Amino acid sequence: MHDVSHATHHGPPTTFIRKHIFSTDHKVIGKQYYALALVAAFFGMFLSWIMRIHLAWTSAAIPGAQLLSSNGAPGGVITPEFYLQLMTMHGTIMVFFVLTTAPFAAFGNFFLPIQVGAEDMPFPRFNMMSFWVTFVAFLVLVASFVVGDGPTLGGWTQYAPLSAVGSASGPGQGTGAVLWAASIGLFCIGQLLGALNFISTTLDMRTKGMSLMRLPLSAWAWFITSCIGLTAFAVLLPACILLILDHVAGTSFFIPSGLVINDKMLPHSGGSTLLWQHLFWFFGHPEVYIAIVPAMGVVSHILVTSMRKPMLSHRVLIYCMMGIGFLSYVVYGHHMFLSGMNPFSALVFSFPTLVITIPATIIVLIWLGSLYGSRLRINAASLFSLGFISMFISGGVSGFFLAQPSLDILLHATYFVVGHFHMVMGVAAMFGIFAGTYFWFPKMTGRMMNETLGKVHFWMSFVGAYALFMPFHYLGLAANIRRYQAFTDDYLQKLIPVHQFVTVAALFTGFAQLIFLYNLIHSRFWGAKASENPWEATSLEWSTDSPPAWNNFNGKHIVVYHDPYQYGVQGSLGDYVMQTSPEQVATPGDEK
Amino acid sequence: MATTIHEPPVHEPSKIDLTRAPRAASGGGGGIAVADGDLRRLDSYSPPPATTAVWVGIAAITMSFIAFTSALIVRKGGAPDWKHLILPPILYWNTLVLLVSSFTLEAARKQIGGYMRGTTSEKSAFWLHATLALGLLFVAGQYIAWLQLRAQGLYIATSPNSSFFYVFTTIHALHVLGGLLGLGYVIRRFHKGILRKSTLDATSHYWHFMDVLWLYLLFVLWSKI
Repeated sequence: MHDVSHATHHGPPTTFIRKHIFSTDHKVIGKQYYALALVAAFFGMFLSWIMRIHLAWTSAAIPGAQLLSSNGAPGGVITPEFYLQLMTMHGTIMVFFVLTTAPFAAFGNFFLPIQVGAEDMPFPRFNMMSFWVTFVAFLVLVASFVVGDGPTLGGWTQYAPLSAVGSASGPGQGTGAVLWAASIGLFCIGQLLGALNFISTTLDMRTKGMSLMRLPLSAWAWFITSCIGLTAFAVLLPACILLILDHVAGTSFFIPSGLVINDKMLPHSGGSTLLWQHLFWFFGHPEVYIAIVPAMGVVSHILVTSMRKPMLSHRVLIYCMMGIGFLSYVVYGHHMFLSGMNPFSALVFSFPTLVITIPATIIVLIWLGSLYGSRLRINAASLFSLGFISMFISGGVSGFFLAQPSLDILLHATYFVVGHFHMVMGVAAMFGIFAGTYFWFPKMTGRMMNETLGKVHFWMSFVGAYALFMPFHYLGLAANIRRYQAFTDDYLQKLIPVHQFVTVAALFTGFAQLIFLYNLIHSRFWGAKASENPWEATSLEWSTDSPPAWNNFNGKHIVVYHDPYQYGVQGSLGDYVMQTSPEQVATPGDEK
Repeated sequence: MATTIHEPPVHEPSKIDLTRAPRAASGGGGGIAVADGDLRRLDSYSPPPATTAVWVGIAAITMSFIAFTSALIVRKGGAPDWKHLILPPILYWNTLVLLVSSFTLEAARKQIGGYMRGTTSEKSAFWLHATLALGLLFVAGQYIAWLQLRAQGLYIATSPNSSFFYVFTTIHALHVLGGLLGLGYVIRRFHKGILRKSTLDATSHYWHFMDVLWLYLLFVLWSKI
């Protein structure tokens, strides 16, 4: 036995500040991450509404838009530069502060220690720092709306050299771009501290009997994601440092010689513009999996509970998630097919891109095969899990096309790509977040969410998201280039009615999220009281109070006797046996 | 195992069939294990979190410096403006100081380890203080190296070589400062009598890694590859 019990042996917090603000309790930190993601998600969605309205009715004045920026939207009419600034902020906020924080940092912080049977993470102060650094990163990013001439307009990928040369390349490219790089650098530090805790929690904090293969699929997904995050954010951080130095110290890491912008010769020399793309995408592609793998784990965890039987293969699902994690590092070049890359290199990146669909497909087949013949309990959580699978398949299929360098020449930087990643990464991961919310809300708050509103929310989001993003594929095939703020060319004008339809779908889908918000807030205070185990689930989070005490299990020492998903067996509680229950499982296949 | 600070639970052995071997974990429908079956294995391979965390941290820092190095290689490869930088000689003295500090830390580990096991009764933090002093000397030496370069008119933006020199040495020095904070923490806990061996071991692993990292960076900056 080791001398590590100190790591979790802190007393209950006593003051308001230690309890709710600078708390070292992983559950409070998880909720803080969730709240941050919620604010960020609605802010990002609000920005997308403005963009969509502008794309469909370009000259229309949007009431109140001038409040965001008096220069960017004089009289409520969005300027081209401001459109790009909105787009950059939408992408950055959604990718970093929603898709990374909610499924991974929020749910992972709250539930990983409980699912392994620990009282807390091993380094609670690092954990607290992780959240607050991320919070400051968000403030720094949003501050660019009010500081200088607005946020950067370079897109969430911030391609050099225009991201590195300062205000010569447009409004927001000076202070705004520095704030962007500083914010993302801070975000990386926050996530690295988080990954440190997640990895050591999984490896070192498991309670008696909790072998690695007895971890629930959600815990496995968070563990794998923290390994991906550790290596990915460790590369983005240096990239951000070098980018900031190009701005403030006059270095030339990313700025080439002889660059003329707005008739002005820049004093820099010798930098490599492609260097940024390599560093960024080495992070950027794994980032996609940082968003989707936790959602896969959450959805699997929920589906098993709703199906009342284990997955076809627990192990294969885990190995496939690992395979995706590993392969995510060797495919990043497919973002750069058109960067002047040697065609042979393009082939080298195209091959693993296609190979990565194999573990992804196996996971989907395990889900579908397990669902086949099961008597699924239909509720908001399981509906969103099914919605996740649907979106993951629909969005994933277009990936096959984009993975081919020859086809990507045509599809690159069109709405086809935008549709692809919004479905497979954006909406799918959001559905994973929703599923997790409906499933774990009783445990997080001690109250149930309204199921009827949850189902309405699902159907509106499901129909709305398809109506919103499916036409993007059509637009892309019709050569509609992304990032244009208006469609003035002849061939694009014909597509404007499609854009108007998409905008209506976006407003409709957004409205559905307001129902979710209402449900969330109303249930938090006035929802029906939740029992300890409302879904009759087996993993450790359901063998403690709702919400759990500050030390998770009221000081009880948890011993695990079973694999995580003992459903479809005869137990004293019904058709399931909890991981903590010492009773023996009699399965139909046993010779007894 | 982190949650062993409480009373062990009451087992109900009558409910557990001791003759049945645990099945391979499959997520469900089997895999029950009696307490003695799986637990020994679990106990033996679960290291203290500090030990895991320091390796995780080392992995992240390694990854960052791989990124920096690949930036250097790309920048060097495509640039007409690359001029080799003659390193200030004080860097070699700094290297020596840092290497010696690793030995003093090992001496500290041996001495304190002996004290914890009870083979020696002397409770001394001398070698820890020596390591701390050498670490501070190293950072001071790096600062002098920057001043010397500055005196030659070599600033961060002067040439790509000087850019990388300042970036590498500064980021490394920041990590060394982090190690010094760790050493300070170890010394404080040692005096309070609450130092754990795993904390000391993790700090020394990190410190030795700073050595190896510095030797690597020095080679990258020195070589004309």
